[in-house]
Formats: sequence, C-alpha cells, structure tokens
Amino acid sequence: MNPSAAALKAQFGGAIRRVTTSCGATIVLVDAARVSDVLRWLKATPGEGYNYLADLTAVEHRDGERPLEVVYQLYAMERKVSLRVKVELPKDQALEVPSVVSIWRGADWMEREVYDMFGITFRGHPDLRRILMWETYAEGYPLRKDFPLRGRFSRAEQVRQALNANPEAHYSMEELSIAEAIHELPKDMRDRLARGERGQLPEPIEPSHG
Amino acid sequence: MAERTVAFDLATPSLDALGRPARVPLSVAGTPDLGGEHMLINLGPQHPATHGVLRLVVELDGEVVKRVIPHIGYLHSGFEKLGEYRHYNQIIPLTDRQDYLAPMSNNVAFALAVEQLMGIEITERCTVLRVIACEMSRVISHLVWLGTTSIDIGAFTPFLWCFQERERIYNLQEAWTGARLTTSVTRVGGMMADIPDGFTEGLRAFCRAFPKTLAEVDRALTRNAIWCGRTQGVGALTAEEAINFSLSGPMLRASGVPYDVRKDQPYLGYETYDFDVPVGEHGDVYDRYLCRFEELRQSTRILEQALDRLPDGPVNVDDHRVILPPKSAAMSDMEAMIHHFKQVMEGVKAPVGEVYMPIESPKGELANYLVSDGSAKPVRWRLRPPAFINLASLPFMAEGQMLSDLIAINASVDIVMGEVDR
Repeated sequence: MNPSAAALKAQFGGAIRRVTTSCGATIVLVDAARVSDVLRWLKATPGEGYNYLADLTAVEHRDGERPLEVVYQLYAMERKVSLRVKVELPKDQALEVPSVVSIWRGADWMEREVYDMFGITFRGHPDLRRILMWETYAEGYPLRKDFPLRGRFSRAEQVRQALNANPEAHYSMEELSIAEAIHELPKDMRDRLARGERGQLPEPIEPSHG
Repeated sequence: MAERTVAFDLATPSLDALGRPARVPLSVAGTPDLGGEHMLINLGPQHPATHGVLRLVVELDGEVVKRVIPHIGYLHSGFEKLGEYRHYNQIIPLTDRQDYLAPMSNNVAFALAVEQLMGIEITERCTVLRVIACEMSRVISHLVWLGTTSIDIGAFTPFLWCFQERERIYNLQEAWTGARLTTSVTRVGGMMADIPDGFTEGLRAFCRAFPKTLAEVDRALTRNAIWCGRTQGVGALTAEEAINFSLSGPMLRASGVPYDVRKDQPYLGYETYDFDVPVGEHGDVYDRYLCRFEELRQSTRILEQALDRLPDGPVNVDDHRVILPPKSAAMSDMEAMIHHFKQVMEGVKAPVGEVYMPIESPKGELANYLVSDGSAKPVRWRLRPPAFINLASLPFMAEGQMLSDLIAINASVDIVMGEVDR
C-alpha cells in the first residue's frame, strides 16, 4: 500500500472514498468534485511530488450498473513511485469532471480522447473537441459498451455519409475563422458549429452482433 | 482580420506587334503591405515530412509559425474497442500494427501486462529473448527515425546507410518470426517461437558491424554545420515543460530528465544489464538526435550482453492452462487435448483486477492498462501511446519558429501514426 493513500485520507477526509490495491498498485477513489484539488495537492506537496501525469483514461465496465471511471496514472519522478487515482461517474448523472489541463498541459489531448471515446466532459478544458473521430461524427462514443463494434449506422449509411460529407465540416471553428472560410459554409452548418454541436445522435439501434 | 491591401495585376495585356503574347513583368498596384497578413497553409495528411497521415494546419506570419493545429485520426482503427472482443492472445496481432516501426517491443509490452495480471512468471530464456526483441526494435525504430529525419533536414546519405543496417535486423526478425512487420512474437507466458539456428551468430555479426556504420553517420551529421544550424536551439523544451507535457522517451531525456522506464521501473531484468541512459542538456532537436544516437550504441551493448547470457532451457512456462501444449501431446494425451481445446475455444482467463504495465519503447513510455472482470477478454485495454502524447506538445514547440523548423521539430518527435491514431 502506497503511504500517499493514508496522507490523502488525512488531508481530504471524506473526499477519499475508497483505497484498494490491484497487482501491487494502490488505487485511490476520489470524489469527482474534489479531484482537481487532490491532484494539485499530490503534485505540489513536497513529500508526495507526483509531478508526472503518465496516463489519463476512462473505463466502462461490462456490468451496466457500475459507474464509469476516469483513471489518472501518476508518477513521482524523484521518488520513483506511482499512484492511480480514480473518479467514479454514475451513469444517471452528468458525465462531468473538472479538467486538469491547468495542472498538467499534457492532459490536453488525453482528455480530448476520453471525451471523444466516452463522452465524458472535462469542465474548464480550453479546447474540448473530438480528436480521433471527426468533428461531425454522429454515431456516438465508440468505447462505450452500448456502442456496437461496427458502429451505430449500417455500413451503407456510413458509406453514404462519407461520400456526401462536406469537407469543410472537418475543419474546426478556429481554423475556419483564420481562413475566413466560415462565411462560405451553409448557414445551418455555420450555426450548428457556432453552437458547438456535433451533429445529431440517433436513437440507439439494437446491436445485432456481440 | 485586416482588409487585403495588395492587388496584383496578373492579366497579360494582349499581344505585341508581332502577334506574340506580350511579356510584361508582374506589376503591383499600390505599396505592398504584408505586415498584418497571416497565411494559412495545410500540411498533410499526405506529405512526406509529416511521417504518415498527420495533417497540420499552420497559420503563418511571413515565415514565422503563429499557430499549429494538428489533425489526427486518419489511421484510427479502434484497436482498443476491438481488444474488448478478443482473447488476450488474439490481441497480440493488433499490437503489431500500433507502433509498426517496432512491432516486437509492442508484443512484449502487451504480454508483460497480461502476465502481470495473471501472475505468471516467465522463464529465464524467455526473459532474455524478450530483451533481445525489445532492443532489436529500438535499433530499427531509431534507424528509421534517423534516416527520415536526416532526409527532412536535407541530408540524403545517412538515410541509405540507416536503411541498409535496418535491413540486417529485419532479416534476423524475419528468420525468427517469419514476418518483417507483423511479428506477433510473444504469447502470454512465452514466445511464439524460439530463435532459429544461426540467429545468435547473425545478431553478433550485426553488433560487430553496426558501430562502424554509426561512426560514419556520426561523422556525416554530428559536427556538420548545416545539421547543427538546422537543429540546435530549435524546438527547445525545458525539463519542467517536458514533464508538464507528460513527454517520455528521448523527447523527455533530451530536456535533461533522466527518466527511463528500464532504469526507474525495471522489467525483464533490465537492472542487471550494464548500459547508460543518455540525457540531453538543451532539450532541442539536436539533443534529441544525440540522445537517440547514443541509445543506438547502448542498445548494441545490451544486445551483446543478452547474447552472452542467453541461457538454455524452455522458452514457455510449463503450464498448459496458459500455453498451448505441443501438437504431438494434444493428439495423443487426453489432458493435453482438453487444455488445447479450452485455450482455443475459451481463451485464457485473467483474474479480476487491473494492471498498468509500462515499458520503455523506442518512442517512450509505452504502457498497457488492462482491466479484467475475470473473463478471457479484457473489459478495457488502454494503450498509453507515447507518440500521441509526445505529439501533443508540437504546437507549443513550433509556435514562434520558422516554417522550416516546424518540419525539423515534427521529425524530432518521432511519431508513428499507427500508434498516434490506434
């Protein structure tokens, strides 16, 4: 057991919900509201010194009742110790956690990827948009368990959409405004992009395969 | 955005007296004032200097980069999603295709993570073979990096030397695994195959000859005025910035942070090998070059030591719940046949738990994060992609530099899009 877990309990009390271990690694489960305070404290406190955010990802369990988890894998460069911090997000509430980009700039793309793949919003992220999928991708969040392996739309529909795609729709608002190309888009798309919408999410189709 | 003030008169005014098109110089109406104009250019996704399908949208003020917006995802294959539908051993072919410049090191990283999750101790011979696989991967990956980066910056010859040496490793890799790229060399609890006859001699011959080629590349580049001018002081990151951006591998070490997973969180007995971790000082493209260059020498040292200590004995663990029994046993022995059937049909089950297992891949800290619910397929398989996370720092490094430096900086990140997009 990593002694940082006890130190966290002493410092944050009830915000530390549970401490477990798995394969020798200590896992600290933290309240979603306090996670950025906890991480900032872990980074700044001299005896802790977790200055390296090795990884940031999310997990959805096969058991649909279990909440989603956001996982922060920390490492202390000086002391050579790692610590895993987790946040649970129940599915009946808003999937939202505070962004840690202000603590580690490296979290920028990792948070964008989690948003892209799981639909978890990072409050305070400077540029939260899809990263691996394109801006107008409308089939949902690929790594969620209710997302079928081959996507929500039929193959024919996917091909039809790809062939009819407006190439401009793949650009971000920021680029379009630099290029002064925003005025050349159809008005409805311009309005939609301005509102930050990513296209309509259709009703889930019954997955036909595993 | 300022109104455009320059109007070019490009029309050719009719024909001259002899009936030929009049040749007039391009005239400029008014005084050119380009001060406030920013130009937007698109680099990629099909561009040789972007090392794959990376697209960069660059805002330029003259030749100075104001802003870089990278676009990735063109090679997104959903490996992590696919992994949730596959047995652990069936995932290994997917790992080949991530960092396709160092496939064997990905295979090893994944197998190590699963073995830690299942609590399997691999054999002594397997450990050393995996070290050889990892270091061979590091050599070929760094050689591709060195060759392509020198082409990006304008030196053509080192590219040919590097690729010639890389070919030697590829031949050995092909002899061992039967494939040059899709190696799938590991299995949970062992290796796909033991090394073939003549392999150790071939690798020893490579280790003897390789330093000579390195010395030639060193002479062509390290003190070359053009090379130094193009790389020194370009895209520099301080140690604090490098840590803050979660960089890893040579990108981090060039900034003066001596973090190497092989030394700091040893696996495969790396703590027992005698090798040095090169650390840079300035954090610029030149120091990243020096770090990778020295790592090539150190990898050769590790390879030689691994060959010296390669023990005899079994490669795979003696546990037929994990490793397939030999075909002859499966055909003649009832128990072996049941194990064979169960492994093929049901896969190897991992206990409930989760593991984060980092290794030092050529690109940096490559970690597999596996969550298991006790079944034969992972609930979540996350690959911590060092190239993806290193690439995220590109806009920060490139802003304020020249456009030609952007190419050098992008090359210095050592991205491989299979891993960035997964």
